[in-house]
Amino acid sequence: MESRFEGSSTYIATEDLQVAVNASMRLERPLLIKGEPGTGKTILAHEVAESLGMKLVTWHIKSTTKAQQGLYEYDAVARLRDSQLGSEKVHDIANYIVRGKVWEAFEADEPTVLLIDEIDKADIEFPNDLLLELDRMEFFVYETQQTVRAKRRPAVMITSNNEKELPDAFLRRCFFHYIQFPDEATMASIVAAHFPDLKKGLVNEALGIFFGLRDVPGLKKKPSTSELLDWIRLLVIEDVAPADLEEQRDKAEVPPFVGSMVKNEQDMQRVAEYFGLRRRKRR
Amino acid sequence: MFSGFFYGLRAGGVPVSLKEYLTLLEAMREGAIDYQVEHFYYLARACMVKDERYIDRFDRVFAEWFEGVERVEDPFASLPEEWLKKLGERHFTQEEMDRVKAAGGWDKLMETLRKRLEEQKGRHQGGSKWVGTGGTSPFGAHGYNPEGVRIGQNESRHRRAVKVWDRREFKNFDDSVELGTRNMKVAMRKLRRLARAGHEEEFDLSGTIEATARNGGYVDIRMHPSRENAVKVLLFLDVGGSMDDHVLLVDQLFSAARSEFKHFEHFYFHNCLYESVWKDSGRRHEETISTAEILRTYGSDYRAIFVGDASMSPYELVYSGGAVEHWNEEPGALWLQRARGAWERSIWINPVAERFWDYTPSIGMVQEMFPGAMVPLTLDGIERGIRTLQA
Repeated sequence: MESRFEGSSTYIATEDLQVAVNASMRLERPLLIKGEPGTGKTILAHEVAESLGMKLVTWHIKSTTKAQQGLYEYDAVARLRDSQLGSEKVHDIANYIVRGKVWEAFEADEPTVLLIDEIDKADIEFPNDLLLELDRMEFFVYETQQTVRAKRRPAVMITSNNEKELPDAFLRRCFFHYIQFPDEATMASIVAAHFPDLKKGLVNEALGIFFGLRDVPGLKKKPSTSELLDWIRLLVIEDVAPADLEEQRDKAEVPPFVGSMVKNEQDMQRVAEYFGLRRRKRR
Repeated sequence: MFSGFFYGLRAGGVPVSLKEYLTLLEAMREGAIDYQVEHFYYLARACMVKDERYIDRFDRVFAEWFEGVERVEDPFASLPEEWLKKLGERHFTQEEMDRVKAAGGWDKLMETLRKRLEEQKGRHQGGSKWVGTGGTSPFGAHGYNPEGVRIGQNESRHRRAVKVWDRREFKNFDDSVELGTRNMKVAMRKLRRLARAGHEEEFDLSGTIEATARNGGYVDIRMHPSRENAVKVLLFLDVGGSMDDHVLLVDQLFSAARSEFKHFEHFYFHNCLYESVWKDSGRRHEETISTAEILRTYGSDYRAIFVGDASMSPYELVYSGGAVEHWNEEPGALWLQRARGAWERSIWINPVAERFWDYTPSIGMVQEMFPGAMVPLTLDGIERGIRTLQA
C-alpha cells in the first residue's frame, strides 16, 4: 500500500488529522479542511506533498474565479489575431486551449496533490460546478471534442475559511477535517519543530504570553500559530531573554513586538486597555 | 453493522446522508484505518460530519452509541453553558441567584431553574397565554413575566424563555437546510439587476466583429465593462430590546445581503425609525446619523429593507416623545412615512412568525404603513419581499 502521512519535522499533525488525510487519500476523495486562520490549512497540502514525494499543484481561488478556469480556457482572441497574421497555428484549435490547474493535475505522470485554496472566496455556485469533475476526475473539452481523464487520480485538498456556506451536494463528496486550535502541549511541540534550539524557558514564557493574549476578551482576530511563530522569530532575532519577558509579565506590560501577533488597530487598543487594567489592579 | 449509529446520528441531528455512510463502510473495507477505537472515531467524524457546528452532536451520539450510554433526555445536556447562564439571569434576580447559590451552588441553581421552566411549560400547555395576559403588552419594555418572576434587566421580559425552549431554535440556526445564509443569498439574488458598469474588461464579441468588418477585415478588438450587480440597497436593522431573540437570524440576513449587493448601506435603529440612526452599534450614542440626511443622500433608485419586529407600544409609533430611549420631536410613524415616500420600493421584514402578528397592535400599525410589504423572516417571506421590491 502507499505510504501514510504522519506529519513531518516541521509540521505536527495530530492523530485525527492523520486519519482524515490518509483515509481521503486511500478512498481518493477530496479532503475539505477548515479551521481558524493561521492553523496551517494551506501548509498541510504542501507538507503532504513533500513528505510523500508528490507533486503539488495549487489553485488559488479568488472572488472572480470561475470553475471553468481550473479546467481550461479557449483563447479566441489569440486565434483571431493569428488568423489575421496568417499564422499556421490557426488551423489547430488545440493551440488555443489554455490548460487550467485541474487539467495540469490530471495530466501529471507522478502522484499529485491538487490544492484548491480558499474555495469559499469564489461564487457560491463554484463548488457545484466542480462536482462532476472531482467525482469522476474527467472533463470534456468542447472545442477539441476530447475527454481529459486523470492519469492517476490526484489527492484533492480543499481549504475553506468559512466565509460562505458550501453546498450540501459538494460536502457529501468530501472528507472533512476541522483543524482545532492546538492546545499548549501541541503548540510547544510545533514551536520545537520550528525552533529546535530554542531555550525551554523562552518557549514557556512565550507560550504563556501567547495564550494570555488569546484570552483577552473581545479580540476580533485572535493570534494563531503562524503569528506565534513569527513573533518567536522576532524574539530570537532581537535576542530577548526569558527573564525580560518574565519581568514584563510581572509588571503586566504589553509584551514586546505585540504588533506581530495583534494585527488590527481595534484589537491593539483592546490589548493595551487590557494590560492597562491589569496594571491598575496590581497597584 | 453501523446502521444503528447512522440512524442515531440522524436522530441526533447530524445531517448525514446515505452517501456518507457508504463512504464510511467503504473506508472500513479498504482498511483505511487500523483497529483502534480512536481511529475509528476520527474516520467516522471525517466521513460524516461536514461542518464543525455538528461535531459536538456527533460526539454525543458517538459516545452514546459506542458506550451504550443511555440517551440523556435532559435538554440541559445539550445546551451551551453560556445560554444556561443567560436563562438563569433571565429567570432569577441577582439576589435570588445569590441566595440559591449560597444554598447549593450552581447545580442547585440549575435544578431550580429546571423546575421553574417545567412549571412554565405546563402552564403554557394548559392554555393560559404567555402573550398579553391582563392587558399588558407582551412586548413592552417593562413588562412582567406572568408569574411575577422578574427577569433580566437588559433584555425584554416576556414569554419567550419557554417558547424558545420548546421550539429549540438553536437547532434551526444550526440547520443550514432550513434557512441558512446560503439559502438567503439565493433568495437575495433574485433582486440582482445586472448592468454594465466599471472598467472595460470583457471581450465584446459583436462589437469586435462589427469593428473588424469596418476595419477592412483586420481585427479591431473591442472590450466592454462586465455586468455588475446594479441594485442599490439600504438595510435598516432594529437592534436591542425585543429584537435580542432574533439576533442570530438577522445576522445571517445581514451577511447574506452584504455579500450579494455592491451598493449596500446598513443602519441601525431602535424599535422605530426616528430622527437619527447609527452605523456602529457599539457607538450608538456618540455617532448618530440624521435620518433626514439619509433621506436626502440616497435617492429613489435605492430600495429600502427594514428589519424589525415592529413590536412596541403604540405610543412609540404615534406620539412625539413616545420613544423609549430619548425624547423624539416627531412621532416615529411620521419618519416611517417619510421613508416610504423617499424609497417607493421598500419592505419590512419581520422576524416574528406571521401567525403572531395579530397579537401585537403595533405590528398591525406598521403593516398599514407597508401595505402588502411586510413579510416574515423566512425563505418564503424573503422571496415574497424581493418580488415586491422588484416591482
